[in-house]
Amino acid sequence: MRFSGLRVLKEGLTGNKGWTPHWRDPEPKAEYDILIIGGGGHGLSTAYYLASEHGLTNIAVLEKGYIGGGNVGRNTTIVRANYFLPGNSEFYSHSLKLWEGLEEDLNYNVMHSQRGVINLFHSDGQRDEAARRGNMMISQGDDAILLGRDDLRNMLPYLNYDSARFPIYGGLYHPRGGTARHDAVAWGYARGADQRGVDLIQNCEVTGIDIANGAVTGVQTTRGPIRAKKVAMVAAGRSGQVAAMAGMRLPIESHVLQAFVTEGLKPCIDHVVTFGMGHFYISQSDKGGLVFGGDLDFYASYAARGNLPTVEHVMEAGVTLMPMIGKAKVLRSWGGIMDMSPDGSPIIDRTDTQGLYLNCGWNYGGFKAVPGSGNVFAHLIATGNYHENATGFRLDRFRTGRGIIDEEGKGSQHNLH
Amino acid sequence: MRITCPHCGERDRREFYYRGAAVDLDRPAPDAGEKAWDSFVYLHDNPAGETRDLWYHEGGCGAWLVVTRNTVTHAVLKTELASQARS
Repeated sequence: MRFSGLRVLKEGLTGNKGWTPHWRDPEPKAEYDILIIGGGGHGLSTAYYLASEHGLTNIAVLEKGYIGGGNVGRNTTIVRANYFLPGNSEFYSHSLKLWEGLEEDLNYNVMHSQRGVINLFHSDGQRDEAARRGNMMISQGDDAILLGRDDLRNMLPYLNYDSARFPIYGGLYHPRGGTARHDAVAWGYARGADQRGVDLIQNCEVTGIDIANGAVTGVQTTRGPIRAKKVAMVAAGRSGQVAAMAGMRLPIESHVLQAFVTEGLKPCIDHVVTFGMGHFYISQSDKGGLVFGGDLDFYASYAARGNLPTVEHVMEAGVTLMPMIGKAKVLRSWGGIMDMSPDGSPIIDRTDTQGLYLNCGWNYGGFKAVPGSGNVFAHLIATGNYHENATGFRLDRFRTGRGIIDEEGKGSQHNLH
Repeated sequence: MRITCPHCGERDRREFYYRGAAVDLDRPAPDAGEKAWDSFVYLHDNPAGETRDLWYHEGGCGAWLVVTRNTVTHAVLKTELASQARS
């Protein structure tokens, strides 16, 4: 079924009885050409681009829960391409371009809103860094505007500009950045893949990966064994457990990151605002809730919920930055399992096992990468070659020390990002 | 999450700095080779369930601790001094 304004009108006038499920619920077949472990944003977009760009449709996506139930439905929905380092810069630029054509491509409203992302800075040194980052973004072909204090005050009058510890000097404005409706992104990709013949198998947990003579031959699942010559692991925070079934240990540590949303309010925050020094960022959803978060809890965790000290820290930072939100009531908070890599950048690569591919290490920034990640991963799986915009995300860069992509300049070691 | 320091008793998690997996106690020899060092620095077990990791009692006595805890429930099961866990 194609969506259109006319269709919405017709269904509205005829009792909305003509809508059909967005995707089938097929039984798994005994064999596929390609299996994708993980039906999150990245797995679904991988399946979609394999089908739409490479014509490969004998594919199953194996999801242990339900579509949209993992990190793709638990993030704070920010889309941006404001990276600095080669390796990251061209990849996120590629991803943002895919975002900009996504709704037409998928025939699905993902509510992509390019409302602009603003990173605040608080000293001369930080201004220099922001200018340098902005120049890198522009030379990559993306957009960046360095805003001084007065210009910023015109745009964001509600910030506390004169905090003693972090007075606001200005902000780096990335107008093409913004947000999207996270669930719709999962549903849109799922529907698009399904329409092209991909089987989405839900409630199907992979319990083993079969390898013979150094090549992958299929997987064992809670719904029976499935054979395949190519298997892609895209399991985000659970990547470590999935890779362990293939006898691998990954340079990944899983951490908890919390997020929060308030009751619905009238429109007041028009952009995505990040306050890096305070570990706080915020935007307002289309429903009116203020969606915000901060930094990791900073201990390994699979609990999908965090502890109170981080809650307190995030709230303090938020109220310090924008005192006006002090009276907003927090409706709920939750946590996600982040696959943290040592240098803070992702891994999209082959493995030592023939036919086994790996996509993980998205840290706390996987949502904006959903289109790009699936697109370049599909390219790798289909052609055997790295996509030109994703040549840097090698698995062996930690072992060799070559090609580390340390965006924050903190070092390449667990617990630094 | 509260952690019981062997010296100071039960304390708020905020007093402690988290270092990571307790593999740090088994540092390879300098000439152990690339594989051993790769494993030591990067390739940790990252278990969903019981784990042992290193915490530093930064806001207390300054001791390094090995904390055995569950990464799924956040239950702290056991705490010991790193100096004793190593020996």
